[in-house]
Amino acid sequence: MDFDFSDDQKFLKSEARKFLDARCPVSVVRGVLDDPARSYDEGLWKAVGEQGWLGTAIPEEFGGLGLGGIELCAIAEELGRALAPIPFASTVYFVTEALMLAGSQAQKAKWLPKIAAGEVIGCFATVERPGTLGEAQAQARVEGGKLTGVKIPVTDGDIADLAVVLAKEAGQTALYLVELGGAGVTRETLKTLDPTRGVAKLTFEGAPAERLGEAGEGLSLAEAVMNRAAVLLAFEQVGGADRALEMAKSYALERYAFGRQIGSYQAIKHKLADIYIKNELARSNAYYGAWALDDGAAELPVAAAAARVAASDAFWFAAKENIQTHGGMGFTWDVDCHLFYRRAQQLGLVAGGAKAWKERLVSQLERRNVA
Amino acid sequence: MDFNDTPEEAAYRKQVRAWLEENAPKAVARPDDPMEDSNDMRASRAWQRKKAEAGYACITWPKEWGGGGGASWQSVIFGQEEAKFSIPGNPFAIGLGMCVPTVMTAGNQADKERFVRPAVLGEEIWCQLFSEPSGGSDAAAARTRAVKQGDEWVINGQKVWTSGAHYSDFGLLLARTDPDVPKHKGLTMFWIDMKAPGVEVRPIHQMSGASNFNEVYFTDLRIKDSQRVGSVGEGWRVALVTLMNERLSVGGGGSGSGHARVLKLARDISTLAGPAIKDSGLREKIADWFVQAEGLKYTTFRTMTALSRGQTPGPESSIGKVVSASLMQDMANTALELEDQFGIINDPKLAPLSAAFQASLMAAPGMRIAGGTDEILRNIIAERVLGLPQDVRLDKDVAFKDIPTGR
Repeated sequence: MDFDFSDDQKFLKSEARKFLDARCPVSVVRGVLDDPARSYDEGLWKAVGEQGWLGTAIPEEFGGLGLGGIELCAIAEELGRALAPIPFASTVYFVTEALMLAGSQAQKAKWLPKIAAGEVIGCFATVERPGTLGEAQAQARVEGGKLTGVKIPVTDGDIADLAVVLAKEAGQTALYLVELGGAGVTRETLKTLDPTRGVAKLTFEGAPAERLGEAGEGLSLAEAVMNRAAVLLAFEQVGGADRALEMAKSYALERYAFGRQIGSYQAIKHKLADIYIKNELARSNAYYGAWALDDGAAELPVAAAAARVAASDAFWFAAKENIQTHGGMGFTWDVDCHLFYRRAQQLGLVAGGAKAWKERLVSQLERRNVA
Repeated sequence: MDFNDTPEEAAYRKQVRAWLEENAPKAVARPDDPMEDSNDMRASRAWQRKKAEAGYACITWPKEWGGGGGASWQSVIFGQEEAKFSIPGNPFAIGLGMCVPTVMTAGNQADKERFVRPAVLGEEIWCQLFSEPSGGSDAAAARTRAVKQGDEWVINGQKVWTSGAHYSDFGLLLARTDPDVPKHKGLTMFWIDMKAPGVEVRPIHQMSGASNFNEVYFTDLRIKDSQRVGSVGEGWRVALVTLMNERLSVGGGGSGSGHARVLKLARDISTLAGPAIKDSGLREKIADWFVQAEGLKYTTFRTMTALSRGQTPGPESSIGKVVSASLMQDMANTALELEDQFGIINDPKLAPLSAAFQASLMAAPGMRIAGGTDEILRNIIAERVLGLPQDVRLDKDVAFKDIPTGR
């Protein structure tokens, strides 16, 4: 039994925290929040690339560090704590994972080294309308290598160089690689709940598209990518939830009402205990997901769904109760609580909401139960 | 991250499994409540002795006290493997988990030599006499009086919620020796012979119909001063040793198979909208329960990992009971709602799954209270894990006799 980060992984994690404490203080997050023209912090993105984090799980032959999914989880947790305003998840958890799952040797050789070097930002473009990802979300069409259709919302679609797009060709769904700098692509930046992450509407009119993986496997590949992303996002969520709890705790110790610290009242103590409980349940489920990412392919669908459901619930709860603990100051622009509240929603929805993941989880359990 | 055993763990597991295959009793009829039925006592004692003789009882205790002289991770592995067999109930848990460790920490040499080994061998059973009608969560409010008379103490008063008092040989008693000082300072710990004159045990009839606990009355019970465990006035400090051990032993895992039972039930039952298993509201609940139960399971894995690395486990193990008790209650309530009008039947021959959910529903309120209420456990997480201040206390610097009392 070895159900924790190893010493090397813990070292990587503490180095990542030190780095982000120095390079991603909350002023960096607010710098993106307060400037409508920016949707990420270019300096931080560059620095993260120089650290080699973008290539953490990319094999050495493609210019990465060749480490495993668990190392990536360790970094993800720290990025989540720091509310890092960079397109890390889109590029690394989605596009890189998609390339590694389904890419041909040539596709990997073309893109992975550039991603690892920080030269390419990726985005994952699947949905087209409100509701769960499914057949109806793949109205975009590919004919003769040209993509036509609309994808909305696409996180980091406003700044990305490369999109992985779900579309249909001859009635079959597939994933496609599309270079967003090329012809036939227009993008429109959207107003979102979490302006520290950019989101766009992508319109394709005969944009050159290259299939990634087999025809007919678009939806199943998208789900496979989302399973992997769900685990990594869960670590970001756990990191954010832990920091929200720390904020609430500090405030409860500093703030006095009726002659004593508000943290001495059971109404506050029990609230924070409940946050702690949810955070620990989420962390434990996330660890199981991390194990499945590297070693338990058969268990991944259940592990990913459980990690996602627990982490989405924990971050949401921690973020909203952190505001509540701060009282009136908690809902001002100047106090940082809303940054966590926004990010909790962003992370909770970006790979599909908890409701859909619960359904996936129970379907898997039914199958397991019947088998 | 690895679920597999290290080579050392695997070797130990193999050794344990081989021993269990050879020695574990075959197909013992296990009562619903291991603490309840004394018919099972002979089998329990025999199994305990067999384990003790092989070094598998109290694995982490020193060999000179009858233990196994092993490590915590070995104890965890043995527990996992043992649970796969149909073994008799364990009436020794409170004694070996709480009382005897307290004697080992705070008792005198003669008491250690007298009590530890027979307890490990399953020859003598202990109960814990802390809670009183006037103080459940507030155990330091004990009113049971111990008055010194020469070389003896005379005990009068009442304890409550005493598990296993009816079959115990000895009890660890927290008593008030000085009501003129603040409450934590006027307590002293003793051991008593549960069969002595002056001790009367009355079972408590619980709402579930079971009787797991007792009231224990003391009427002029006379004990020797040598039965004192620790110094006069140090009883609370000694009690904390016991309570720390209690949380470790009660804190444990979740109801891992609950969601599978609900799935089975939902498959067999139809609602107005078709089979219950298709109901999205129910499916969401099943997912939530699964995530909680799995979260608890993997939290215990994290604790075990710390043990097997020779580290002190983190505070995360404190969440176990507070999550699992409510989980059990929620699942039972939803399952009965699914059974609809049939849910009211509490007959194992008629109700689905042998009335398992009816039984959980009636046991859950006790689960949320015994061994620390949900509220006390949240206080503990807030104070000891998160470092928040204690609530204001009105009884701290007041002589015990002057503290206001209600019912």
